[in-house]
Amino acid sequence: MNETSNKVFISGNDAVALGVRLARPHVIAAYPITPQTTVVEKLAEMVEDGSLHTEYLHVESEHSALSACIGASAVGARTFTATSSQGLLYMVECMHYAGGGRFPIVMMNANRALALPWNIYNDQRDSLSQLDSGWIQVYVEDAQEALDMMIQAFAVAEHAKVLTPVMVNLDGFVLTHTYELVEVPAQEAVDKFLPPFKTTNKMSFEAPTNMGFTATPTHYAEFKYQQHQAILDSAKVIAAVDRAFGEQFGRRYGGLIEAYRVEDAELVLITLGSVTGTARIVVDQLRAEGRKVGLLKLRYLRPFPAEELRALTRPAQAVGVLEKNISMGYEGTVFTNVRSALAQNGRDIPTLNFVAGLGGRDISKPDIAQMFAQLSSAAVELPANHVIFVNLGVETK
Amino acid sequence: MSRPVVKLPFQPKHITDFPCGTCDEAGHLVEKLSGWRTATPAINPALCTGCLKCYLLCPEGVIFKKDGKVAIEFDFCKGCGICAHECKFDAIQMIQGGA
Repeated sequence: MNETSNKVFISGNDAVALGVRLARPHVIAAYPITPQTTVVEKLAEMVEDGSLHTEYLHVESEHSALSACIGASAVGARTFTATSSQGLLYMVECMHYAGGGRFPIVMMNANRALALPWNIYNDQRDSLSQLDSGWIQVYVEDAQEALDMMIQAFAVAEHAKVLTPVMVNLDGFVLTHTYELVEVPAQEAVDKFLPPFKTTNKMSFEAPTNMGFTATPTHYAEFKYQQHQAILDSAKVIAAVDRAFGEQFGRRYGGLIEAYRVEDAELVLITLGSVTGTARIVVDQLRAEGRKVGLLKLRYLRPFPAEELRALTRPAQAVGVLEKNISMGYEGTVFTNVRSALAQNGRDIPTLNFVAGLGGRDISKPDIAQMFAQLSSAAVELPANHVIFVNLGVETK
Repeated sequence: MSRPVVKLPFQPKHITDFPCGTCDEAGHLVEKLSGWRTATPAINPALCTGCLKCYLLCPEGVIFKKDGKVAIEFDFCKGCGICAHECKFDAIQMIQGGA
């Protein structure tokens, strides 16, 4: 960084670390795992060089990392953790504790395939298996958004009406290890945007509380209703935080969903994460050929933008969901969620589920153009199987 | 010594009557545990020396000091019988039957 510019050329993981430092967490507890490792290495370096004042806890596992974050959050500390894939799965028990305890922890997750077969490359089967754990989930598209969302995530999580942990997802390697030009906001500006965390939901000598208690069948369901409602209500907070962020820093991301050329789109492809950039180029190419195609990027999976999806697909004759995920034995989970939202429209739009990018397999522009071609056919006649594995390298019949 | 107070009945009317997540006023107990008992300890004050061994060993912390001897908070005694087993003066007898 030189004196005239606050732009730096950094990786997605570096952007996460810089965003976390700007958010001034009191406690960080994390365990390294590829491809998240350089986030926690960078944060450790920042603690070492004195530029980050935080209690950095070296723990022996991801289960301990999130447990430590819960403990720290329970005394009112702002806490951060980061993980990926198998590490996320090792956190799962604690994830439900964090959600149910309403601890506004922020986690970075580097989306990576799940074993077996062992694979360190990108897909989204890790986080998408955790939609039910009571966390808000956002998927970012580039390094700038990764940095900015670290700051926004704390603002959303700690909002009194939300008090829910937030998971910020970056596609492993594609995003975590790709270098981009990123604007780094000034600390004073971030301090103004994100004041210190204050809550009454904590242990304290002055106002002793009972935390993490039991609820019997008489009272348990109400706590789950509250969590459900808080995450639904977070949609408004997410929009307000994004608006305020835009006013302060000049960058906005548009809430739960981003629409691209869908106004009159007959064929709409739905994506999440970094593959959106490739899909946008394909949409532009097809538009130049006069095809009415559009793109919807799901930014948040929880809360789920059901209403927005319904409104934005109104002119569509076929809708495709491209996801790096499969719920074996049925279809992709994102597809199930999208279908459920569209079904409320009262009309049955033909839909296809494109399962692609598993274990880091490339998704090319021709692949996406082919998806639009298949959608075009599906608008006339649905194929027998609506779940399409893209780019399987072998015959299956 | 302060003892738990049961704020019965906890009868929430609105979702906002519930705390936000599992964080609420310390010691806010909404249930008694007396229903767990199948046997009930009875203290014989004539034999009790006030040695406090039962007070120290009660796993529920429901034995308290009273007039130099001990007494039991029956709202939370689960009737485990440890006090009767440990009393060196046979001052506590377990009587069949719960609350």
